[in-house]
Amino acid sequence: MMIRSILLVVLLSISFQASARVAAYEFENSNQESTYNDLINELRCLVCQNQTIADSNAELAQDMKRKTHELVMQGKSKKEISDFMVQRYGNFVQYKPPVTSTTYLLWTGPFIILFIGLFILIKIIRNRKVEKPVELSDNDKSRAADLLNSKGE
Amino acid sequence: MNKAAIPLIVFLLMAGLFLFVLQKINTGEYDPRDIPTELINQKVPDFELVNLLDTTDTVKASDYLGNPWLLNVWGTWCAQCWKEHPYLMFLSRQDVPIVGINWRDDMAEARSMLTSEGNPFVETGFDPKSDAVIELGVYGAPETFLVDASGMIKVKHKGAMSPQVWQEKFQPFFK
Repeated sequence: MMIRSILLVVLLSISFQASARVAAYEFENSNQESTYNDLINELRCLVCQNQTIADSNAELAQDMKRKTHELVMQGKSKKEISDFMVQRYGNFVQYKPPVTSTTYLLWTGPFIILFIGLFILIKIIRNRKVEKPVELSDNDKSRAADLLNSKGE
Repeated sequence: MNKAAIPLIVFLLMAGLFLFVLQKINTGEYDPRDIPTELINQKVPDFELVNLLDTTDTVKASDYLGNPWLLNVWGTWCAQCWKEHPYLMFLSRQDVPIVGINWRDDMAEARSMLTSEGNPFVETGFDPKSDAVIELGVYGAPETFLVDASGMIKVKHKGAMSPQVWQEKFQPFFK
């Protein structure tokens, strides 16, 4: 138990250290800052591939952020910086890949699966046997009426 | 056909598929994290780095125009780099020019590795902040590029170099 709590404290302090290491960049105006923030939230970290470089603390992600900041300060537009990264790392570096022949299935796939699902659902519903209501004989009906009426009295 | 067998068949098909892909990953034929490079048949980026062994000197891609050469990205923190090191030594003895890029490393540690394990590199650029690495679209180490005599990147290999990789991908450019 003792060892566990010591370990917990140590691990927690390491995580604080890590977040304290995130570099803070300075900008000349808010335009640059918003371009930078947009970009780091749209570029993928190549090391931890399901994180943006904003989320990731991997060393390469830190260097990519530094590079992004450098290019922003050089007055490059958002598109230019995004293209810069795509030229080097390919479309994969963008979290929102462009629609091209290779990503066609990626974009249409979910809708295709949705339609297949709907089609199967409709088929199942249509094939469902409709339960026929039980036919009541005249005798049963009058008995039912008697029962219902007697309850009211 | 018995309807109850359908889930079992679907399960077996999926299990078979997963096993097949896992096998490919284990043998190294398929890497789900692999990103195809954009730089094949492009001009090698003209990086300029401080020379690892002589900080007053610089290492430039443009210095190597005229002959095919290899560009190897490595670091002392990278286990596969240690693994491929003897083979790089072998290649350098066969007069294959290899330019090193020492990535995100400690200068003293990098130097001591070259002293203890031998230095297969014509020159090594020191790249602690990924300047050349980002230019080259590198995201892991080791990675080895082949640049032809006209300065075009022809091959990129991710992972350790080996005799098999050399023969399949690189040797045809050195005839």
